[in-house]
Amino acid sequence: MSRLFISRDSTALSLGAEQVAQALAQQTAGQNVEIVRNGSRGLYWLEPLLEVESPQGRVAYGPVQAEDVPSLLASGLLTGGRHPLYLGNIEDLAYFKHQDRLTFARVGLTDPVSIGDYLAHEGYRGLKNALALQPAEIVKHVTDSGLRGRGGAAFPTGIKWNTVLNAPADQKYIVCNADEGDSGTFSDRMIMEGDPFVLIEGMTIAGLAVGATQGYIYLRVEYPHARIALNQAIESAVKNGYLGENILDSGKTFNLEVRLGAGAYICGEETSLLESLEGKRGLVRFKPPLPAIVGLFGKPTVVNNVISLASAPIILDKGGEYYRDYGVGRSRGTLPLQLAGNIKYAGLFEAAFGMTLRELLYDFGGGSATGRPIRAVQVGGPLGAYLHESQFDTPLDYEAFAAIGAVLGHGGIVVHDDTVNMAEMARYAMEFCVEESCGKCTPCRIGSTRGVEVIDRIVDDIEKVKNTELLRDLCNTMTCGSLCAMGSMTPIPVLSSLNLFPEDFGLKTEA
Amino acid sequence: MSANIELDYGTPVSASQDKVTLEIDGRQVTVNAGSSVLRAAAEAGIKIPKLCATDSLEPFGSCRMCIVQIEGARGYPASCTTPVAAGMKVCTQNDKLATVRRGIAELYISDHPLDCLTCAANGDCELQDTVGEVGLREVRYGYAGDNHLDAVKDASNPYFSFDPAKCIVCSRCVRACEETQGTFALTIDGRGFASHVSPGQNQPFMESECVSCGACVQACPTATLIEKSVIDHGAPEHTTITTCAYCGVGCSFKAEMKGEQLVRMTPDKNGGANHGHSCVKGRFAFGYATHKDRITTPLIRDKITDPWREVSWQEAIQHAAGRLKGIQAKYGRHAIGGITSSRCTNEETYLVQKLIRAGFGNNNVDTCARVCHSPTGYGLKSTFGESSGTQNFDSVMKSDVILVIGANPTDGHPVFGSMMKRRLRQGAKLIVVDPRSIDLVSNSPHVKADFHLKLRPGTNVAIVTAMAHVIVTEGLVDENFAHERCDVESFEKWKTFVSLPANSPEALAEVTGVAATEIRGAARLYAAAPNGAIYYGLGVTEHSQGSTTVIGIANLAMATGNIGREGVGVNPLRGQNNVQGSCDMGSFPHEFVGYRHVSDTATRTLFETAWGVTLESEPGLRIPNMFAAAIDGSFKGLYVQGEDIAQSDPDIHHVHHALRELECLVVQDLFLNETAKFAHVFLPGSSFLEKNGTFTNAERRISPVRKVMTPLAGKEDWQVTQDLANAMGYPMNYSHPSEIMDEIAALTPQFAHVSYAKIDEMGSIQWPCNAEHPDGTPTMHEDHFVRGKGRFMLTEYIPTVERTNSKYPLILTTGRILSQYNVGAQTRRTENNMWHSEDRLEIHPHDAEVLGIADGDWVGVKSRAGETVMHALITERMQPGVVYTTFHFPHSGANVITTDNSDWATNCPEYKVTAVHVAKVQQPSEWQKEYQTFSDQQLSLLEDRIVAG
Repeated sequence: MSRLFISRDSTALSLGAEQVAQALAQQTAGQNVEIVRNGSRGLYWLEPLLEVESPQGRVAYGPVQAEDVPSLLASGLLTGGRHPLYLGNIEDLAYFKHQDRLTFARVGLTDPVSIGDYLAHEGYRGLKNALALQPAEIVKHVTDSGLRGRGGAAFPTGIKWNTVLNAPADQKYIVCNADEGDSGTFSDRMIMEGDPFVLIEGMTIAGLAVGATQGYIYLRVEYPHARIALNQAIESAVKNGYLGENILDSGKTFNLEVRLGAGAYICGEETSLLESLEGKRGLVRFKPPLPAIVGLFGKPTVVNNVISLASAPIILDKGGEYYRDYGVGRSRGTLPLQLAGNIKYAGLFEAAFGMTLRELLYDFGGGSATGRPIRAVQVGGPLGAYLHESQFDTPLDYEAFAAIGAVLGHGGIVVHDDTVNMAEMARYAMEFCVEESCGKCTPCRIGSTRGVEVIDRIVDDIEKVKNTELLRDLCNTMTCGSLCAMGSMTPIPVLSSLNLFPEDFGLKTEA
Repeated sequence: MSANIELDYGTPVSASQDKVTLEIDGRQVTVNAGSSVLRAAAEAGIKIPKLCATDSLEPFGSCRMCIVQIEGARGYPASCTTPVAAGMKVCTQNDKLATVRRGIAELYISDHPLDCLTCAANGDCELQDTVGEVGLREVRYGYAGDNHLDAVKDASNPYFSFDPAKCIVCSRCVRACEETQGTFALTIDGRGFASHVSPGQNQPFMESECVSCGACVQACPTATLIEKSVIDHGAPEHTTITTCAYCGVGCSFKAEMKGEQLVRMTPDKNGGANHGHSCVKGRFAFGYATHKDRITTPLIRDKITDPWREVSWQEAIQHAAGRLKGIQAKYGRHAIGGITSSRCTNEETYLVQKLIRAGFGNNNVDTCARVCHSPTGYGLKSTFGESSGTQNFDSVMKSDVILVIGANPTDGHPVFGSMMKRRLRQGAKLIVVDPRSIDLVSNSPHVKADFHLKLRPGTNVAIVTAMAHVIVTEGLVDENFAHERCDVESFEKWKTFVSLPANSPEALAEVTGVAATEIRGAARLYAAAPNGAIYYGLGVTEHSQGSTTVIGIANLAMATGNIGREGVGVNPLRGQNNVQGSCDMGSFPHEFVGYRHVSDTATRTLFETAWGVTLESEPGLRIPNMFAAAIDGSFKGLYVQGEDIAQSDPDIHHVHHALRELECLVVQDLFLNETAKFAHVFLPGSSFLEKNGTFTNAERRISPVRKVMTPLAGKEDWQVTQDLANAMGYPMNYSHPSEIMDEIAALTPQFAHVSYAKIDEMGSIQWPCNAEHPDGTPTMHEDHFVRGKGRFMLTEYIPTVERTNSKYPLILTTGRILSQYNVGAQTRRTENNMWHSEDRLEIHPHDAEVLGIADGDWVGVKSRAGETVMHALITERMQPGVVYTTFHFPHSGANVITTDNSDWATNCPEYKVTAVHVAKVQQPSEWQKEYQTFSDQQLSLLEDRIVAG
């Protein structure tokens, strides 16, 4: 029997994977062929990527279109035969080989919704270990791992879990923030579509760790395929005793539900998310009280990003130290970096912290897609700093980035070549805030609108010096005065553009 | 926003008993744990700029003006949302903070009209103040950017306008509507820069769920939500604290004045009953006080068919006294009497009953409480030993289960209703016993009754007794409490009685129309509550067994130990502002001040000594007895102060007949009310704004009423009574109502330590206030019942004689609505008519279908007593077989239909149960036509009054 793998990942689907799968099914009808709809390997320039199980390992072809199927079959696809699209063993590709696939270990490898596949590939070993541990011991593993929140704020996950563990309550919750709204990011989506069980397992472990019996995955509505995969996986986990009452006969309970957002970026902010999950307007709550103390429906709640939670299984499987051995300084483990924008090899690159941005951009990303020089890179989503070429040697770790006034955030990297106008980018940052501000606090609500107007005046050469000063003052007001990161971080891309690329604003380069 | 700016602490007071010391701007500050940094600073006299924070609302943290720096903490936390911590070091003022605050102010003003000088809130605007404080000197953004300056003003509400162009989106209005009022009519719609306040779903205020309580106006820091009276007249320049003259909640208000003109009434945040909240009546409906219908010159006439003649006060008083004395000379001492008013002050009421007992020389005094809460007096006095509710309003915030019987707090007692809703939103359980689905049942946001016992009108006793049956037979009694605090013999008897199979919910289900399982569930819920509280209203008292139900309620509370601490108790919700007071003041024919029987020699001797006269030892006539005596010819003269018996009393045909028989009817009132149309002497009354005195609310709280304007007719009501007494030959010589209160205190144990000085000092006092409780008594019966041991009494259910049959198949019950007040004499003379312009007959769709009635049809409502016509309102609030109407408009004739059945103990009329026949009709009833003719004639006699030369 031949096993073919073609992804069910949204990116692959948007590039024609479905048609490829159908063509394969039709044209191999009657033959002993199984077509597995796997997750994406994250090498997006190769999608739709077709893999076949062969004695040489998983031989890949790509990018494949439906019309390539006859020639592929004719070339001996089913046994890994040569073809112009032939890529060899996928895992031997440099882009793949140099990654540290801990969290994404199974993504692309397995059938995402097959619990059998999951179990066959080290799945649920973390949960089984966790079930033998006391809650505090589970938390200790996570603390020891050095895992920090992968949603962007990089708060130590173990400390958060410990706070919830020690908060007495009749009910606690685990909430997964799957409202992945940062531009240029897709790691949450990829893992939810490509290995939903790892998230489910991670949330179950979190539930055991803090004493929560109910979990919610707050999923952005723009991820319909993730919703399907998650719900299929949840159903399967419940059916097989990994979720629900009396998990694996342990007497422990953990229920899990997927809830959909309604398209607001701000609902990726954890307190707005909780409001939305409660059925209210997505309005930012003030802190304290922390959600860990007063969270969903007023109860202690772990709110973690998808990747943070999906990292728990391997930590509990292999121990906190194993995970901690990856990375540098206070940035331990791996970060799934997402290369996007004007980059030759866009995709997901999970790597231990510490590689430089330049290595990532050129050694693996292959430089810009247009072939022109890379002029600016925005790291960490729409609220992240624009980096100048002179900063590309900064190591990808939280502290190194903080030191240059930048953020790693959720690991999204958007690349621009030398045709970019950074004043437009700065304006876009303010505009994004106009679009996405919840409207609660004044600096963000009014400031973002004024920000667009002031940048326009600078660009239009109206009282340029005065308005530049005003823009800086406005950024100060927003940074210091805003209620949440939306308003307080919007100045980061604005000021980094202004400071590093003043010429785009018609200003003299500072000496 | 209010004139005479009070210190706003920014966030509510923390209830914690623990103290925390922190350092603010180098000063050591000690505050309650749980306080915000903003409040801690305010308490220390350190002012931090703020806009979205106000101490009536939970912190929100949106304006960011109140940011501070805290040693060891990152960034600039908002002080309103940051709780204090021991040893915390806070800096509230430095250059960095000043820059950020100025930056925020600059953003605000970049989207705000620059019309401060012509703005209605000029000088009374927190935005103006705050921008001034932070020293904004320039808006560098200019004013050409995106803005909301063209947003359209909403003037749909008659009392306030909403100008979104001035809105700073602080959400204080939205939060006030939610937290303070509990209506949730407002929200913020849109997001980011487009965020805006939306009533309902972007509707005008009047089309939204808004109940016009004024909480949003009160909370607004700008001119966005502002009283139209302020727009029209300008800012008030002085303020006097006084007490609302509407319902029995007794809200404390600031009368904000411009000279003698009342500009607005704003709720007093220090008010013990209302804590800064209000309703549409007290907050806005004060226009009646200066309405053109006010009569300001005394009037007399010989016959009621004569035109009125304007006379001097002296002539009017002499005329009245002469006629009354003449009647006594001709028909005997007992041929006259008087009626005190629950709307007048304690002092006025006291004086009227004193005039009658000492000046008229008989006990023919009664009060409108006869027709509302007289069963409360009887029932609670008999069981607990005191004729009053047991708690203060705040007590409800500690209740776990709230049992509401025959009361509709969100309409009748709206400010307390809001407090109750807040407690329910916090998770307290609710049991409603009412024939109708009142708003509390399921029509209030985030409030839902756990049980609604939708009983047949007239079966309260059966329900209460059946609940007692469950509590006793299921072993849910608090035996310790009952044995320690109550009379054991009565308790055992009661247990035996309620345990009878005939009193089981199952046996009574057919009578009550309520499933036994519901009664059992409700009884268990109440009995199991750590703190169970009962609130009831006229739906309990205005029945032939009204007193029995009150007793049954008291039994329930005693049996479950729900007496004597916060969160529990038996709480009658009083209808009028001074029902409690008028009862306290000896208005009943059988009782002196303080509920002491006239037959008690010691008490009588006390009063005889003080008043210098001999007093009668036999109770005088009750109101219904007066009517009967008038018709049989033995009662000829009546002095009625501030009470409209010709509209409010049942079986109006009978009442009108009686009034026509009187030889001298003296009416003292603001308006030519229905009763005055039968009068021979009209003495102009003074509104609550025109006199000094006190009102006592439903929680026994004595609150000050303060004169803020000269009486329109020249005299305060107490002065008129005093003049009449003197003219009758009984000397009175008070120079101020405080002297009347001193006399009351000297003669009344419950009031022994009450004085105007003390009321001024404390703001208000809950009686008993005496040597034992020098600062008053928020919770009664704490250690022992007033009567010693609590007394259980048997409550056998006896059906009313008012029965339905094939001729009168439906039961009519009556009640009030939020926007109107009782007989409507006040509220009908305000814009409140915009909410409720007529009384309508509420009928269930099923009954309407059977009777072929469509919504809005004219329907004739006929009882054994009479017939009237009104428009139908089809609603599922009703249960089939029961119809309902309000009684705010005289021509509706609700009391044409009600019968002369009454409570066995107190004669409180059975307003709540009348068997009626309802049919579609084309024209008003005969009574209404006659009424219209008579009323028109009387109004023209007033119009054509002979003006004094």
